[in-house]
Amino acid sequence: MFAEFLQFLLSGVTVGAAYGLVALGFSIIYNASHVINFAQGEFVMLGGMSTVFLMAAGLPMPVAVVLAVLVTVVLGLLLEKLAIEPARGAGVVPLIIITIGASIFLRGVAQVAMDREFHAMPPFTGDAPIMIAGATILPQSLWVFGGMAVMGMLLWYFFARARFGKAMLATAYNPLAARLIGVNTRLVLLCSFGLSALLGSVAGILLAPITFTSYDVGIMLGLKGFCAAILGGMGHGAGAVVGGLIVGIAEAMGAGYISSEYKDAIAFIIILLVLFFMPNGLFGKRTTERV
Amino acid sequence: MSQALKRKLADPRTGGLLGLAAVIAVLPLFLPNNFYYDVAIGAGLSAIVCVGLNLLIGYAGQISLGHAGFVGLGAYSSAVLTVEFGWHPLAAMTAGALGVGILAFLVARPILRLRGHYLAMATLGLGIIISIVVNTEAEYTGGPDGMTVPSLMFFGRELYGEAVWYWIVGAALLFTVWLSLNLIASPVGRALRAVHGSEPAAEIAGVDTAHYKVLVFVISAVIASLAGSLGAHYAGFVSPANVGFFRSIELVTMVVLGGMASTYGAVVGAAILTVLPQLLTGLEDYEHIAFGLILMLTVIFMPRGLVPSFFTIARNRLASAGAPPP
Repeated sequence: MFAEFLQFLLSGVTVGAAYGLVALGFSIIYNASHVINFAQGEFVMLGGMSTVFLMAAGLPMPVAVVLAVLVTVVLGLLLEKLAIEPARGAGVVPLIIITIGASIFLRGVAQVAMDREFHAMPPFTGDAPIMIAGATILPQSLWVFGGMAVMGMLLWYFFARARFGKAMLATAYNPLAARLIGVNTRLVLLCSFGLSALLGSVAGILLAPITFTSYDVGIMLGLKGFCAAILGGMGHGAGAVVGGLIVGIAEAMGAGYISSEYKDAIAFIIILLVLFFMPNGLFGKRTTERV
Repeated sequence: MSQALKRKLADPRTGGLLGLAAVIAVLPLFLPNNFYYDVAIGAGLSAIVCVGLNLLIGYAGQISLGHAGFVGLGAYSSAVLTVEFGWHPLAAMTAGALGVGILAFLVARPILRLRGHYLAMATLGLGIIISIVVNTEAEYTGGPDGMTVPSLMFFGRELYGEAVWYWIVGAALLFTVWLSLNLIASPVGRALRAVHGSEPAAEIAGVDTAHYKVLVFVISAVIASLAGSLGAHYAGFVSPANVGFFRSIELVTMVVLGGMASTYGAVVGAAILTVLPQLLTGLEDYEHIAFGLILMLTVIFMPRGLVPSFFTIARNRLASAGAPPP
């Protein structure tokens, strides 16, 4: 009974950690530009798929991983430079539509340039399950937790200590004031896309050995990361991580105890409930709009 | 031509409607066989949904990322209520529209009181939930395989075949466009334009902005549901393929390409993006790339969309080449 519960909890926390990374990506771009980047899930897909294909081309895994992250980051920067920047000054709705277009475009390119098959990626360090109090956990899950913890700490350090991180926070708080004190807000926007692509691709690579990857995994992973970001409070870093874990755990519990067919619906039911009852999420501050 | 008549013809509510009616009436001359009729009917059904969706995007300034879900609910209401419960098709269609209207109201009422783009997120969630339900409840819906739908009976006559349905969908499209144009020209439309311009200003002027946004959302959802019911009876078949997230994005693309806040733009956008994949057969793999590019390029280079941009260019040409004003 308890072993079963623990098993669901562990698998929930594993995917939840990946959702948290995706949600962090949403939050960073949202803070820099108030844009909801619907292409976030495609970064996750690109990370996993590029690694698989680079390994198939004969590269050793560590090299393939680094290259895949680089490819994704470059695509993220290009997305900002070629699609978001030319439309600056347009409202939020057109920018959201652009990112939706970008996500479909990236998915289409992946489908043509790579393929439409499901791919398994070998786990980083073997696949002998580890027993914990009657439940089992894959070594790869530990990599996912570890990956999220390291990324979370690096981000915390970046935003709390690094000069450029502070500039990004200043831009999130008030873009005009940030510009007046000499922050290059265009660079901030560009970097926010690069950073989000980095987080997304890392999540995709860490998760691929557990869940398989294909050209269209980005839709669901992206949307669930988005649910996590809303649940935590859009733009709130720790909130994104907590939101991701809650969505992941709720999903695993729902699949285990209620209905595995409706597993994918759980994140979206959460999003509707959050919007109805606490639209600012768990940690988001109530905002008032200046007119 | 007298000035009054000229002005009347230039008014979208008379001239535009007459033009659209003429296009619908003449088009069959260029449709050599049932396949072409089928594409035209598909374009017409999408256009009906897009005219409704355009009210929401273009006039209430909100996006719905789940409109395919409402179309699907209409289609499946018609299918399930007639097949499983033996309802009359018209009763099933009405019940579907009512149900969708109530659902849209219940979702939008709490959300549209907030400022911002929460509706996009809620409709996205709702659309995906609808698609999952339709795929899962195979006992009623046939699951991923879909189910057959009986034909629509009208005064004891069975409505069947592309040629008949062409005129039904054509008439429904004209009616929807007429409804949309009248709504925009009514006090509701004026309130909506005020909301789109500046929501706080509209509120200060006494416009209950949330009320109007909810109203438009419900109207557009009901239109989508009715179009879904019509489509189900025409095809005689429903399947979850057209209920998913990508179809919702396709509908938004149609509105954006044709021109947000332009009723005829929605029709043009729907027609182009329905015909385009037919022209590109053999290139299905590139469909995603094409849709993505069209969305991005339209918003970046022609943010007002095809139809409004075309009219601006045409008017400028006329003004620069035309005779001095009388």
